[in-house]
Amino acid sequence: MAVSAVKDHASQKRRNAIMRFFIYFFLIVITAFMLLPFLWMLSSSFKENKDVFGFPIQWIPENPRWQNYVDIWTEIPLLTFIKNTAKITIVVTLLQLFTSSFAAYAFAKMQFKGKNVLFLGYIATIAVPWQAYMVPQFMMMSSWGLNNTHLAIMCLQAFSAFGVFLMKQFYEGVPSELCEAARIDGLTEYGIWWHIMLPLSLPALSTLTIFTFVNTWNDFLGPLIYLTRTELKTIQIGLRMFISQYSAEYGLIMAASVVVLIPVLIVFLSLQKYFVQGVASSGIKG
Amino acid sequence: MAQPAAVKADKPRRVMKKSLRDTLTAYTFIAPNFIGFCVFTLVPMVFAIALAFCSWDGRHAIEFVAVDNFVRLFTQDRIFQAALVNTIVYVVGTVPLTLVCSLAMAVLLNQNVRLRNFFRTVAFFPYVASLVAVAAVWNMIFNPAMGPVNSLLAALGVENLPRWAAGKDTAMLTVILFSVWKNMGYYMVIYLAGLQGCNPDLNEAAELDGANRWQQFWHITLPQLRPTTFFVVIMLTISGFKVYDQMYMITQGGPGNATMTLVYYIYNVAFVNTPKYGYASAIAMVLFVLVLIVTIVQFRGSRGEN
Repeated sequence: MAVSAVKDHASQKRRNAIMRFFIYFFLIVITAFMLLPFLWMLSSSFKENKDVFGFPIQWIPENPRWQNYVDIWTEIPLLTFIKNTAKITIVVTLLQLFTSSFAAYAFAKMQFKGKNVLFLGYIATIAVPWQAYMVPQFMMMSSWGLNNTHLAIMCLQAFSAFGVFLMKQFYEGVPSELCEAARIDGLTEYGIWWHIMLPLSLPALSTLTIFTFVNTWNDFLGPLIYLTRTELKTIQIGLRMFISQYSAEYGLIMAASVVVLIPVLIVFLSLQKYFVQGVASSGIKG
Repeated sequence: MAQPAAVKADKPRRVMKKSLRDTLTAYTFIAPNFIGFCVFTLVPMVFAIALAFCSWDGRHAIEFVAVDNFVRLFTQDRIFQAALVNTIVYVVGTVPLTLVCSLAMAVLLNQNVRLRNFFRTVAFFPYVASLVAVAAVWNMIFNPAMGPVNSLLAALGVENLPRWAAGKDTAMLTVILFSVWKNMGYYMVIYLAGLQGCNPDLNEAAELDGANRWQQFWHITLPQLRPTTFFVVIMLTISGFKVYDQMYMITQGGPGNATMTLVYYIYNVAFVNTPKYGYASAIAMVLFVLVLIVTIVQFRGSRGEN
């Protein structure tokens, strides 16, 4: 009996080992699929055009062509594009954080007339995709002379219902007694928001920051519609314009793509924890 | 906060004054966001509905045409019909594929593996990566004449090499594969959160009863993940209906109209050549109705669970 128990144990162990082998095998295969395009991009960005499509793939170029990374700055106004995008992204993120957390505080912690009606206004729009009203929005903006301005992109990105929902959900988790106590201590509502709610809601603010940053940085259709003058373009449509103009400059396209990916990569890696938390909580609550 | 003057005033008036003041304070909190939201979202939305029943090129006077736009869309406009079908094909293709891939990856990562964070980061990164940049790589990798994918297939002895984005039959498949690759990590993270919420005791009990891993997954884990799966399906469907950028960058809606989608067509009708704002808004209404149906299903479903 003892022998069979040992045998069972051994077979169990072997089964587990096989299991683990398969788990790692599949994980590595999937990860390779996810990663290889980026590695190929990086490797091609150091190649001459004629070598980009060489097969078998030479992952580490023999004579890395650093010149690609010099040329992109002169061939296209990449720096202008980056500046434009950074400006829009920072303004939108700040506006989004301020207005969303401000409004969410009232919805979560204050009693007032018309609260439900106003909130219904936000809820009613969840089902409406931006693409369904982008045309009249564009006509409205151009009638105000906002066509070909960064202000237009800022306006259409900065006041989302999403931010208000996210912050409201978080604020509702903060005990109301905390606000009551602060009110008794003589803090105004603005004071409570600034001194108590904002510091407490750092995780939610980080999540909102990341989502807004990535959405604005990567936004394509908005800038495509509004910004037609080259000096105003954001990095996405600028890069796209470059790709269609120099469609055979493979090495340069890849070098520019790498440069475009770097800021997002840095933000993503440094704030990854909040990112994953934010996505995860959206799933649980949804 | 209470001022001496307010204390002296008679009680009902004080209560009213206080509630009025509270309401005003609350409005100052809400105003910055709500005014922007009204002007840039609510007003264009209402405008969009009205415009769908009109004809307007942006220069001449707006003309009310009742349901003419819709009649034309569904009876004469071949491109619209192709776009509608393509959009649905895209949704039907991406939703199950993304779902299976993200769930599989989440289940694998949930098994106490080493380097878990590394694997998760790699799978999630395409989701945040700039679409223009990754679409550029994708275009080159799947280049029918020179790309490494076809070079590899040729080296393996495949004779009729697929033409990927340039082939009428493979263009949509190429875009679908790209979308699955790009978005899978996002849904994987949602599934990982769902898996963390599963009750491990149930699996242990099933293991004692002799259930193997597959049976445990199928009969115990998957049913517990139902709310997550429901959420993922809804999110994927809605974002699938709104697809545009991928097509614009990989296939330009072609070849022919093989990858023309609703949003792509809205863009073309409204912003390319002579603008037809009313007609574009009518297409937008069709998109809205599709998304609305999915949202109603979601609303009912999540209410049913509670």
